[in-house]
Amino acid sequence: MPAKKLKPPPPLSPRDGDVLLLVGTMKGLFLLRSDRGRRSFRVSGPHFPGSSVYAAAFDSRGGRRRIWAAPSSMHWGAELCWSDDFGRTWSRPETPRVRFPDGSGATLKNIWQISPGRAEDADALYCGVEPSALFQSRDGGESWTLNDGLWNHPHRAKWQPGGGGLCLHTVLVDPRRPGKMVVATSTGGAYRTDDGGRSWQVKNRGVRAEFMPDPYPEFGQCVHKIAQNAARPERLFLQNHWGLYRSDDGGDSWTDVANGVPSDFGFCVGVHPRDPDTAFVLPLHSDGFRCTPDGRLRVYRTRNGGKSWQAMTRGLPQKGALETVVRDAMSVDSLEPAGVYFGTRSGRLYASRDEGQSWRLVADGLPPIVCVKTAVAANCGAKKAAAKRRIVKTHARKRVAAARAKRRRAA
Amino acid sequence: MPVVFLIPGPLRPFAEGRGRVTLDRSPATVGDALAALAALYPGVRDRVVTERGEVRPHVNVFVGEDNIRDAHGLATSVPDGAEIAILPAVSGG
Repeated sequence: MPAKKLKPPPPLSPRDGDVLLLVGTMKGLFLLRSDRGRRSFRVSGPHFPGSSVYAAAFDSRGGRRRIWAAPSSMHWGAELCWSDDFGRTWSRPETPRVRFPDGSGATLKNIWQISPGRAEDADALYCGVEPSALFQSRDGGESWTLNDGLWNHPHRAKWQPGGGGLCLHTVLVDPRRPGKMVVATSTGGAYRTDDGGRSWQVKNRGVRAEFMPDPYPEFGQCVHKIAQNAARPERLFLQNHWGLYRSDDGGDSWTDVANGVPSDFGFCVGVHPRDPDTAFVLPLHSDGFRCTPDGRLRVYRTRNGGKSWQAMTRGLPQKGALETVVRDAMSVDSLEPAGVYFGTRSGRLYASRDEGQSWRLVADGLPPIVCVKTAVAANCGAKKAAAKRRIVKTHARKRVAAARAKRRRAA
Repeated sequence: MPVVFLIPGPLRPFAEGRGRVTLDRSPATVGDALAALAALYPGVRDRVVTERGEVRPHVNVFVGEDNIRDAHGLATSVPDGAEIAILPAVSGG
């Protein structure tokens, strides 16, 4: 029996200031929107049904309203697509935008991260891929090139794949200092460039690797995720494969801040958009049992830079909830108070609109969630107004034509 | 007799919606045939083979009823008038 044709997802149609959620799953991308109250969300999806989507981003720089997504088909490979109309249509070029160059000997397996560059550098974008590499664009994403500085780093040959593959999953552009960027690869660890990607320095001092003979090697750590505070970019929080760390110097050194969490194993970490002392993690039992401890779904929040962490449980199931939340499945919005969002491997999407104090289930029954990104919608009005003008003109033309026809009939 | 590619549904957007693409030359091997297809529709080729020129692991290419993985891969010869089918493997979705 031939497969029933899938209906296209309903349009999203956000307004400026609405909150967007880009939720990548193992079976497609879902787009959600809410007004700034964040009480309820409308869902559009799946986009790219059947493809996993490990990376997504919203880029509103330079007057854009562009959603980026990285669908990966088990059959046809991974590609980088964009939509300028909130998912009504997607740009998919004939030749995939991100490709390893001839002579690299590598084949793109997946795209793990899409990061717009600094606001002042509106055409710069980056993406982290598997096998671990960084690609960069200087023309708003039309063309992409492999970052040779990292690709040719002498450590690269010794990086080993983690459970998710050998992936470069974190790209943090310093919003204040041009040319400064932190990336993380699993395994390998954190690397930083201060010269726009020409050279990279390893930044793993103080981060442990329990699976290595030397627990504090120069590199080889299995960093799961790093988050950067936008107001104080040198302040980083790192969720490690065993270990929860903070850096106050852009990764030059790391301090263990696993103070009061039930486990320092986990994948995701989120930071407050303004307060550098506030961060969110979701601890898992262990690497041998990657589920929430005791069947309780708890987000842990620190308000003091990791000196202590408190369980945020209101609205989250505290019995029989053996959930898994992966590295990119948590995000924090920029509103006041900040909204926090995370998705589970069981397809549940939770949201807090009060900085983690209380939570609501905003979507259930989704495919396994691997990516949650949030943004505030912008630049919706200009094109909407243009579209409205087109509709008005069309209606006017129809009215004129009808009037002419009526006149002809009368004559 | 011309050689014909059978294009699966997901790749037809990259072949002007066509399910069959007839080559105007007679390729000696599957690799030659894919190169000729790429000249017409590069988007199809790039989704069948990787940057390294290898057929993607979850894609099968048949010459007639023979899977090229069981023959000589991209060096498999293409008889005059053959049909080359590109098929997604049972995995995925």
